Amino acid sequence: MAEIHLLTKGKVDIMIEAEVIRPEAFAGKKKEEIEGLIIWQGAAQIPLAEFFDVDVDGSAGLTTPEETKIIIEGDVSRVKRIGQAMKAGSIEISGSAGMHLGAEMAGGSIFVHGDAGSWSGREMKGGLLHIGGNCGDHVGCSYRGSWRGMTGGQIKIDGNARSQLGGGLVGGQIVVAGNVENFCGIRANGGAIVVKGSAIRGVGAEMNGGTIAVCKDIKQFSPGFVEAGREENPKIGEIQLEGKYRKFTGDYALGKNPKGTLYCREV
Amino acid sequence: MAAATGTTTGTTIIRNGYVFDPLNGINGDVKDIFIRDGRVVTGLTSAEERDALIIDALGKTVMPGGVDSHSHVAGAKVNAGRLMRPEDHYKSTQAKTAITHCGSGYTVPSVYKQGYDYAAMGYTTVFEAAMPALEARHTHEEMRSTPILDMGAYMVFGNNWFIMRYLKEGDLDRAAAYVAWMLRTHKAYGIKCVNPAGVENWGWAKNINGLDQPNIHFEVTPRELIRGLAEVNEMLGLPMSLHLHANNLGHPGNWEITRDSLMIPSGIGAKNKSDLLWAETKENAKRKQTVYLAHAQFSAYGGSSWRDFCSGAPDLAKYINQVDDVVIDSGSVPFGPATTMTGDAPAQHDLYMLTGQKWSNTDVELECGSGVLSLVYMKSSPVHSVQWAIGLEVMLLIDDPWKTIMTTDHPNGGIFTQYPLLLTWLMSKKARDDTAKECHKWAYDKSTLGGVDRELSLYEMAIVTRANPARTIGMAYRKGHLGVGADGDVTIYDIDPTKLNLNETKALTAKLSRPDYTIKDGRIVAKKGEIVSVPEGRRFFCRPYVEDELEKDMLRDVKDWFKYYTVGFANYPVPDKYLKNPVAIQVNRPLEALVRR
Repeated sequence: MAEIHLLTKGKVDIMIEAEVIRPEAFAGKKKEEIEGLIIWQGAAQIPLAEFFDVDVDGSAGLTTPEETKIIIEGDVSRVKRIGQAMKAGSIEISGSAGMHLGAEMAGGSIFVHGDAGSWSGREMKGGLLHIGGNCGDHVGCSYRGSWRGMTGGQIKIDGNARSQLGGGLVGGQIVVAGNVENFCGIRANGGAIVVKGSAIRGVGAEMNGGTIAVCKDIKQFSPGFVEAGREENPKIGEIQLEGKYRKFTGDYALGKNPKGTLYCREV
Repeated sequence: MAAATGTTTGTTIIRNGYVFDPLNGINGDVKDIFIRDGRVVTGLTSAEERDALIIDALGKTVMPGGVDSHSHVAGAKVNAGRLMRPEDHYKSTQAKTAITHCGSGYTVPSVYKQGYDYAAMGYTTVFEAAMPALEARHTHEEMRSTPILDMGAYMVFGNNWFIMRYLKEGDLDRAAAYVAWMLRTHKAYGIKCVNPAGVENWGWAKNINGLDQPNIHFEVTPRELIRGLAEVNEMLGLPMSLHLHANNLGHPGNWEITRDSLMIPSGIGAKNKSDLLWAETKENAKRKQTVYLAHAQFSAYGGSSWRDFCSGAPDLAKYINQVDDVVIDSGSVPFGPATTMTGDAPAQHDLYMLTGQKWSNTDVELECGSGVLSLVYMKSSPVHSVQWAIGLEVMLLIDDPWKTIMTTDHPNGGIFTQYPLLLTWLMSKKARDDTAKECHKWAYDKSTLGGVDRELSLYEMAIVTRANPARTIGMAYRKGHLGVGADGDVTIYDIDPTKLNLNETKALTAKLSRPDYTIKDGRIVAKKGEIVSVPEGRRFFCRPYVEDELEKDMLRDVKDWFKYYTVGFANYPVPDKYLKNPVAIQVNRPLEALVRR
């Protein structure tokens, strides 16, 4: 087991892209090697040590990604792509993280105590992304031009999420303790989204599969949904909801036989 | 020893390779190839030999540089494909090197990446398959920026208002005058005809389903357009025959209309009246066909709906086996992501209704239309599996390889970088059987491919990727072979024909993907897939002539109808500055024109 601590060194000017901060890139490396990993700042390539003090506990240099834990202390909200495409191991961030946190991750876990930026968990395939605070837009969503979003794994958000949460969702599960804004689950084709709070509008727009549940109110309900009955204490994947829900099928705006399901708490 | 890329003395020798040069009847003979000043020569002086760049090809396969006669690589619809698919770009990027530009894009690469990727695969000549006149400037701009490759573009005429009017009136002379003027004005190479009469109907949300069905307003039929354009082609004596994208493309049961379309130009007789110096070849390097069918796979469907969809390739091949005036390119489907793009706008709309994928559509005023759609061909899909089988059947069931050309109709059926995969299937029955096992069972159940034992030899492979595309489009005067006077374009594969094992399919694909050397004009451009020099390519176009009086007469009509265009007549032509290294091919030039023009 190895714990690698990264301590931020002052403020970051132009946002940096640090997809090297992931267990696969750190595993089996000594302190000096980790310090020399390259981070992009605009068009410049800069060693990691310019932005972080590195401290290694345990048997670094010998461990596998599974046994590697990266602990980031401080605010990294101007650091993008932390944990991108990681497959194993874990990352814990004491402050807030920047955009593309855990994008395309396939395994392992990330826990950020603070907020996370937009595109976090983008096109995620597996693993667990736990956001303690709020997050930006497009979390668990597909990227520009594509409607194939998250395909597996789990995203837990303790605070609020903004727009297009879980866009193009194909598989996996997203649970938001707080509220969402617009177009949550747009173009979803599978998977499950549970919003414990409320949503503004466009929930499930153009969805053709998968399940979305909103436990408080939806300010502007999507017009392409048709009521398909009522359910008490429905179960969404492994999540047990409590109370009376109205069940809808949609989005009929997309085609004649859509297979999306939307649960909405009865007031 | 000269510089690594062979530039200082301009002489190159390729020693001891197994040479496959079908237009010269050379089938794996061990031979030396000599190149001086970019051209193949019989030998070099001993002084020249001393300074020459010598490439040892012992135990390797030597072929002329690859020629792609049908690919969508430049112009407005290609760029539309790039713009509407950011996801095709950020996941496929190529960093710059000291000599190459950066690039991106998998199914529709940027122009730079396109040039490098073709060269890395052993291809040196690529022709853009469809250029509308109004988009000619854009097409030339993209070709001008494409590195290494020699290029040209075919102009679409099948739904052109002037052509439809002239051919309805049966006025072949004026139609010929118009085509001649258009090719000269827009620096285009040949006549392409896409869904004749049908794309015009698309302006009213309709299509054409029969060869004798008149279209809206012009009341001209596909039969009149195909016959008329084929006759115009031979009246002018263009290097390439009529290049036809048949009606009803992409619809189940369309093989019959395709066969009937191919019958229309029969009996016209091929006449190449280009004014050129031909490099030496043993076989006749001039085309025999009067119609060149584009992407046969999309036009060889059986059944009557997608439910009873099956291959129509055996029936189509039966007709083509009987005649001598048809060449096809395959438009095969190697599976994976694609971006379909064609001037056949109604066919693209049908595909959009079927798939629900993102789609764009354009009307090119007075001339044609086009559509672009993103698509993934999947082995799990019954229809895609049959399409895969048909794309190989059209290559294997037509007995004479001189009637076939291997393409993917890039990027419609697949991507040009998948050619090596396609060649592996054509060369190895085992490779086909292995893939069929991964496909939906329709692949073999709904086609005859499972019972086809034919495996293309390296000689036949050289025909369908080099000699025949060059001959079919009239470029064999310098491309597609290694006779004296031909361009010094050579591909050297790390394949020993005496030890070729067709069961090692992955190794074969890898060797075809990354030839040891790609040589263009005697200079090494790529080494094992890495670009080592970046020369500028040539741009070929035709300059056909008709009599002055006839041309003046025709231009009066054109100017009269130009009021329907939103561009001014003076802004219509493509200025010379749009072409880098232009090569104009004079066609049908009267003797006195030498003095007069």
